[in-house]
Amino acid sequence: MKRRSRRLVGGLRLRLVVAFILVALVSAVTSTALAYRDARTAVLQRTQNTAVHDLREQVEEVAADFDIPPDQRSLSRFAAKVSDGIGARLVVARYQDRVAVSDSRAETEERITPELRTAVHIGDEARFQRVMWRGEPYLVVGMPVKYADGDRRASGLEVFSIGDLRAERDDTAALLDSVRAGTVPVVLLAAVLALLAAGTVLRPVRKLGRATRELAAGDLGSRVAVTGHDELADLARTFNETADALQASDAELREQEARARRFVADVSHELRTPLAAMTMVATVLEEDADQLPPDAARAARTVGAETARLARLVEDLMEISRFDAKAVRLNAAETDLADTVRASLALRGWTDRVRTHLDEGVRAVVDRRRVDVIVANLVGNALRHGAPPVTVTLRTERRDRAADGTDGAGGEWVTLEVADHGPGIPAQARERVFDRFYKADESRTRGAADDSGQGSGLGTAIALENARLHGGTIDVSDVSDVSDVSDASGTGGGSRRGAVFTLRIPLRRTEEEAE
Amino acid sequence: MPHVLLIEDDASVRDGMELVLRRHGYAIDTAATGEEALALLDGPAGRKVELAVLDLMLPGMDGFEVCRRIRARTTALPIIMLTARGDDQDIVTGLEAGADDYVVKPVTAPVLEARIRAALRRAEPSAPVRGTEAGLAGLVIDRAGLTVTKHGVPVPLPPTELRLLLELSASPGRVFSREQLLESVWDHTFLGDSRLVDAAVGRLRAKLEDVPAKPRYVQTVRGFGYRFGPL
Repeated sequence: MKRRSRRLVGGLRLRLVVAFILVALVSAVTSTALAYRDARTAVLQRTQNTAVHDLREQVEEVAADFDIPPDQRSLSRFAAKVSDGIGARLVVARYQDRVAVSDSRAETEERITPELRTAVHIGDEARFQRVMWRGEPYLVVGMPVKYADGDRRASGLEVFSIGDLRAERDDTAALLDSVRAGTVPVVLLAAVLALLAAGTVLRPVRKLGRATRELAAGDLGSRVAVTGHDELADLARTFNETADALQASDAELREQEARARRFVADVSHELRTPLAAMTMVATVLEEDADQLPPDAARAARTVGAETARLARLVEDLMEISRFDAKAVRLNAAETDLADTVRASLALRGWTDRVRTHLDEGVRAVVDRRRVDVIVANLVGNALRHGAPPVTVTLRTERRDRAADGTDGAGGEWVTLEVADHGPGIPAQARERVFDRFYKADESRTRGAADDSGQGSGLGTAIALENARLHGGTIDVSDVSDVSDVSDASGTGGGSRRGAVFTLRIPLRRTEEEAE
Repeated sequence: MPHVLLIEDDASVRDGMELVLRRHGYAIDTAATGEEALALLDGPAGRKVELAVLDLMLPGMDGFEVCRRIRARTTALPIIMLTARGDDQDIVTGLEAGADDYVVKPVTAPVLEARIRAALRRAEPSAPVRGTEAGLAGLVIDRAGLTVTKHGVPVPLPPTELRLLLELSASPGRVFSREQLLESVWDHTFLGDSRLVDAAVGRLRAKLEDVPAKPRYVQTVRGFGYRFGPL
């Protein structure tokens, strides 16, 4: 969600659109400005030339039969004639102090600037100047009248014409307007083009993004279709090659792992037959040990004990191999759990060494053999590595859906707590307790000659797999972490320590049973 | 001196078992293959054999086939399978083929010996049986003579199935849990495999019931176990 909105603001699409519009605007404005300037210059130039040329022609024509010095009347007539000849533009004729205006009502003084007058007076060419007067543009042309004959001396007569430039101004203004009107569609067009361009770039990018996410999510078969030969196609091709390589090495790793697991399973299998013979005859050795010389007796007992241990190890290896190969089946039936726990303890002669707090009448659909394996492993570990008293607590609890952050559905759960009062398990070792062949801190390992014998190193791993097979978990913590562990009859008092293994499995009451 | 036939292809395992069982007072015959075992059972020595220990993994004819053929010859011989733990399908198939019990390799001598003793006890004619006769809809169980007839026709039952039927029919209508049956019929203490019961019930139904899928004599009580009747 957040990523989406950020993409809208800073996304490639928006950046492309903005860039396209800017480029369109800049080029439109620049070319318009240049064209406008040239057009305006050309229009004004032509107007000025025409005005100068007209005035000169007319003045020459009218001045041909004009006497110098003029009186006021002839000067006025002169101005009027010139004005008639050049399309009734305002004409001012000056001779020294005498001034005549073709339209006597017009105010001309402010439009004929002193600079122009001076320039005309001292020069001998036609001059012009654009002036603004009362908000309107005017073109003022001035020229000295020269004698037509001889050396073309200045006659002292000066003629000015005043034409307005409103038409020209309006023309160029119209040009600006049409350019301005044209800019909007150009910008819109640019935006549309930008969106199209963004589409052609973004579509492959999006596809690539989706494929990458799929790849990251574990779908190593995710590929993108490569079209064209541009940079994006190169990128797509590189992506595909990377995915190929990843898939290949992943397949290789899986193959290696599967081979390693098959090997373990095969080795265990092969070990079983000789072990079967050894296990069988080891009893004979142990039975007769008393009649053997001391050394041989000791050897016989060792052979017997170690054969049993080896058998346990091979059995556990095969069991974990079956979990790895997913070749395990839950042989579940409704079972009284308190009975099961008591029987597991009794079977191993642990009844007197373990304190139990078992809720009676808890019946659940479980695989008895697998629950026995779990109980045997957890209690065996507690007896072997922890310190007495070992407490086994069975109860049911109702859990809201994922209320404690762990996964799993809500509903009723069976919890089985196995607590000892030993040194506990260091926090950093807890998550490794379920690793295969992991040995926790040395302080938890007592002598190898402990009466219940050595575990195979796979016990907790197998217990966890069995719990998972039931849809449950096993957690490990310290007594101090568990607020309501045990109960008032716990005698350890305030200084209690030790490890707590908690089995949690969902309580299912009835289920289809194997007939 | 109980007479046991060991059918096991691996010489060391066979010798080990023979050694241990001889020490505990059994008379032993051995066979390395199924064919050899069947020939021995058909021969003069065959009549003395009281129990067979049968390895499922045999060269040539496999253990299941051997089991079926032994059952075709005689219903009276208890058969204990030797199997690999967790090869669940093997266990189920073996039990369906008619085996009475199974042990998992590698097995210790005391466990093997206890199982053999229990199986033999089931087969003993002098086993204690309560009551004399029970009957239900044409089925007559002579508890003293240990025979079962259905509509006057004898139904030969292997020892385990017979003991199971006797146990159930001793209290008609009462529900027995699998654990109870394992203890009373198989002499297994805790943690017997309930599939032994299920498989034996299945075999029993195949012989007794008109429609084994809709049993009338041996009924399933879902979630608890089995009972004999009522109709």
